[in-house]
Amino acid sequence: MAVKLEARDIRLEYYQPRTDTRLVALDGVNLTVMDGEFVSIVGPSGCGKTTFLSVVDGLIAATNGRVMVNGRVVSRPGPDRAVVFQDASLLPWRTVERNVVYGLECLGIADAEAKARARKFIDMVGLSGFEHHYPHELSGGMQQRVNLARALVMDPEVLLMDEPFAALDAQTREGMQEELLRIWLQAKKTVLFITHQIDEAIYLSDRVVVFSGRPGRVKEIIEVGMERPRRLTVKREARFHAIEDRIWGLIEEDLKSRIAGDRPPDTPRD
Amino acid sequence: MSTQTVIGEGHVERPPPLVRWYAEHRRAVFGTLVAILFLLFWEGLSRGWWADALRPLIGHAADPLLVPPIFISSPSRIAAEAWRMFVVTREIWSDLRFSAMEYALGLGAAIAVGMPLGLASGWYRRLSYAVGPFLAGFNATPQVALLPLIIIWVGFGLAAKILIIFALAVLPIAISAQSAVRTTDARLLKVAHSFGAGEWHLFRTIILPSAVPFLLAGLRLAVGRAMIGIVVGEIFGSAVGVGAMINRSGSRFETDKVFVGVLVIAAAGMLLAELVHQIERRVEAWRPSV
Ligand SMILES: Nc1ncnc2c1ncn2[C@@H]1O[C@H](COP(=O)(O)OP(=O)(O)OP(=O)(O)O)[C@@H](O)[C@H]1O
Ligand SMILES: [Mg+2]
Repeated sequence: MAVKLEARDIRLEYYQPRTDTRLVALDGVNLTVMDGEFVSIVGPSGCGKTTFLSVVDGLIAATNGRVMVNGRVVSRPGPDRAVVFQDASLLPWRTVERNVVYGLECLGIADAEAKARARKFIDMVGLSGFEHHYPHELSGGMQQRVNLARALVMDPEVLLMDEPFAALDAQTREGMQEELLRIWLQAKKTVLFITHQIDEAIYLSDRVVVFSGRPGRVKEIIEVGMERPRRLTVKREARFHAIEDRIWGLIEEDLKSRIAGDRPPDTPRD
Repeated sequence: MSTQTVIGEGHVERPPPLVRWYAEHRRAVFGTLVAILFLLFWEGLSRGWWADALRPLIGHAADPLLVPPIFISSPSRIAAEAWRMFVVTREIWSDLRFSAMEYALGLGAAIAVGMPLGLASGWYRRLSYAVGPFLAGFNATPQVALLPLIIIWVGFGLAAKILIIFALAVLPIAISAQSAVRTTDARLLKVAHSFGAGEWHLFRTIILPSAVPFLLAGLRLAVGRAMIGIVVGEIFGSAVGVGAMINRSGSRFETDKVFVGVLVIAAAGMLLAELVHQIERRVEAWRPSV
């Protein structure tokens, strides 16, 4: 199996001119993802998961280190990657259908073809009949599914997903998880998946990356090593719980050290 | 109370038709009523109805309630004068045509210059550094004070009127366009970048649509301010135009005519504002209606 995605020694500092402070969001993140692999990232809130995803997408330039996709250094977003954003971020003046075709439009794909492709994914996320609704006419979970369809329709080699199912109820979530696994298997995609739900991470992934609290580092990478296709019932097996406990333990260590309060941003520059 | 509930039967009696009609048209009814009262009061002032009625009670203290028509005209005199100017002599039409033309050209130029300039300076930081001081300085200037300069530059003709209307209207348009771009939702910009939108596509699909409400708000302001330009621009050396007519009539104490001119401008301003409002409603169909 070939390496699909490689993050090498990523450091990212946010500089805030208003307060003249620097905040180290990521410090020395290393991660290698194989072609066709499903990798999840978990970690305490504010540890830099979204930031890391943005760096991989090429939206933010790393302060240090580099990201490579297919052996080429990433300097900006490209059609080989697509993001499902943490907040749905739909264009409020576009209907569901026109939101889903947005990325295809950017690639210059003809309207008719774009719409046909969009239809398939709108259907898949269970929103057929809502094609001509505006985002404000949808529930939060429905908006999130449009966000998902908008990325899937791009048919990217690497899917970058930032808590895509966080706003869904348990049943819809499990349905979407299965759908995602089906797409992933069938289309041989590489997925980098952020979630707060540890069971979701284990159920979906080949490996789970645990981030430490800020500044984000890779604390540990856990091989799930369960056969595929997986049934939902694996979530009740002992080996599943064992992995869950282990990840919980890792995150808890961090939470304990932060319980006194979030670490303030770094001191002003001298 | 206009509705009665018969408790126990869960049956709501429908109010009588007149009450219902009132409930549905409350806004229009109130507006009309107040307007009629106002016009009556005005008419009475100029005809001395109130002064005559109160004189037996308070004597000469009632005198100020009679205001000669030369100061305030009266609704009936204004109506008669309007009828004469619009229908009998048809003298106002040439003024209207002239003013409408200068207005359209001035406002059109303000839109053509102000919008692109505002949008561009909202987007390109360097451009905003360059034009920022000009906009701020120009904004702090009472633009009508530029009139003498404009006359020196281009004389008394149509160009001067177009320029002053332009000067009055261009700022609200440019400034609102600029802030429109500045307040574009950063998350949507991120989405566009992530999907690889080119600069033009980004402008067309994100910046422009989210700027529309601001642009229309600026336009609505500009529509009103440009109306000022009609009157001010025609103060000097104009023979035709509604503003010139107002100025001329004013200097001759033809109060009725002044009022006709003012009302015509006010009506035109309201009409245009309503037009902009209608455009807003069309363009903003996607907005939640709260
Ligand atoms: N644009 C920004 N400017 C400055 N600081 C930022 C910016 N975006 C994020 N940060 C900071 O970087 C840190 C990491 O943020 P990030 O959004 O990556 O966290 P996260 O792991 O995705 O958290 P969550 O699980 O809550 O989504 C946070 O402490 C946040 O304050
Ligand atoms: Mg996040």
